[in-house]
Amino acid sequence: MLDKVVIANRGEIALRILRACKELGIKTVAVHSTADKNLKHVLLADETICIGKASALDSYLNAPAIITAAEVTNAVAIHPGYGFLAENADFAEQVEKSGFAFIGPKAESIRIMGDKVAAIQAMKSAGVPCVPGSDGPLTDDEEINKAHAKRIGYPVIVKAAGGGGGRGMRVVRNEEELIDSIALTKREAGTIFKNDMVYMEKFLENPRHVEIQIIADGQGGAIHLGERDCSMQRRHQKVVEEAPAPGITPEMRAKIGERCCNACIEINYRGAGTFEFLYENGEFYFIEMNTRIQVEHPVTEMITGVDLIKEQLRVAAGQPLSYTQEDIKIAGHSIECRINAEDPRTFIPSPGKITRFHPPGGMGVRWDSHIYADYSVPPHYDSMIGKLITYGDNRDVAIARMRNALSELVIDGIKTNITLHQDILNDQGFVNGGANIHYLETKLAETE
Amino acid sequence: MDIRKIKKLIELVEESGINELEISEGEESVRISRGGSVVAAAPVMQAAPVAAVAPAAPIQTAPAAEAAPALTGHIVRSPMVGTFYASASPDAPAFVEVGQHVNAGDTLCIVEAMKMMNQIEADKSGVIKEILAQNEDAIEFDQPLFIIE
Repeated sequence: MLDKVVIANRGEIALRILRACKELGIKTVAVHSTADKNLKHVLLADETICIGKASALDSYLNAPAIITAAEVTNAVAIHPGYGFLAENADFAEQVEKSGFAFIGPKAESIRIMGDKVAAIQAMKSAGVPCVPGSDGPLTDDEEINKAHAKRIGYPVIVKAAGGGGGRGMRVVRNEEELIDSIALTKREAGTIFKNDMVYMEKFLENPRHVEIQIIADGQGGAIHLGERDCSMQRRHQKVVEEAPAPGITPEMRAKIGERCCNACIEINYRGAGTFEFLYENGEFYFIEMNTRIQVEHPVTEMITGVDLIKEQLRVAAGQPLSYTQEDIKIAGHSIECRINAEDPRTFIPSPGKITRFHPPGGMGVRWDSHIYADYSVPPHYDSMIGKLITYGDNRDVAIARMRNALSELVIDGIKTNITLHQDILNDQGFVNGGANIHYLETKLAETE
Repeated sequence: MDIRKIKKLIELVEESGINELEISEGEESVRISRGGSVVAAAPVMQAAPVAAVAPAAPIQTAPAAEAAPALTGHIVRSPMVGTFYASASPDAPAFVEVGQHVNAGDTLCIVEAMKMMNQIEADKSGVIKEILAQNEDAIEFDQPLFIIE
């Protein structure tokens, strides 16, 4: 097993990683910015190293500082968490070149999946169903572009190849707008992602966001752990996630899961990963793959009993997967609410000192968070301060436990979106299950 | 008596000028006094102190911990993570000694990061009052290295 790991992240995921390391007897090194000296996992880690000033660029995005921290502590591996450098292929490459294990896939996998056009091509040849699209980057040939859109059928969406996560995309509803929209998206992409390559896809009007969790050991083993439904989104940011996805049958799960596993084997994938799909009318359409552990991994852990972070660490240590596909059993239902330090109506971030804190508890309630009473949420990073997860024999129980847990959760001193979550958990459309990715925004717009 | 009720009572005490408030409901009672924690006379409600996580003392790789005595004088801090070297090479003499006068721009030490030797320079002239790191120490960002007076 790995001797010592640098946790190159912050907040709740750093604490999550620390806990998994401790369980496996791995020594922990917490690298942190000057603003994060009092992070819970920093206070609990075996060793701590301040790597830079508060801004992410100076610290959590500072690859040399992180790698140097691994050097001076004689660590053997670096866990990037999610966000920051987790999907930075250059960082993964630098880490391995410097003699450390990158807890994640090889740089090449990250590179392929980071290029959305290449990812789609790779998935297609692996038999994973994709959205009808341009099957490649768009050139400046207006006639060809119009022909693409006509073949695909309006509405279409123009997307940046270097984008992802909801950024760098534009919907086009008719041919009159097409050429200008493409030009605009290209220009934006060039500015934001330094890569103006764009492609086109059919725009699905009312899809759900359903994703498949996989884990592979790079030694021929690849399994899936079922799906998650992350359709409750606002501005492409997930707000509530659940597993399994309402309406997905075991047969559907097995079929799409197997395709994803085959794709992993084909591209020599290693580590945890998620295949994201748009799901409409019983069909799955691949949109992108995330080559990292995701925020919402706990709901999968609850319904399968698998500790995904520990499995990541085992794979990084060179061990084969601890499970075969037959070992993975889906049982019960789990829901996760992302608790953010923000105004529940305006969504304006609300950093500051937490003056009073009381976590919920009880059977089937899991609280993944780094906050504590008197902790000050810094303004420099994203606003998520915790994840409230519930589990029950079925969806109704998971919902009931979440409502109770939300009413027990006390975070005073800053604003949080707890009341937004209570709204959602009491909303009939949510309770019915199967709401699409526009549901939450539509609901929020109505209540304004 | 539930936690919300107690919360309301606490707010009441805080907003008013009351020093102490005791309320009984049947067999339960609560006494709240200014400057003290909420105490329940009955076993039903336990005192719920605003629990600050008791942090384990961080074992830092470098000797300069936050509990160290306050440093006075001009502190030269490390601008990066790395390994501290007092001299240019293992056999060479140290760049500076305590009591030595230095000018702004003089090399004080080397911090090595990813096989690159970075010279750390004095940002002001003066006398080296203290050297806070030892040869081959692991250094973190902002860690105090020298005091110049």
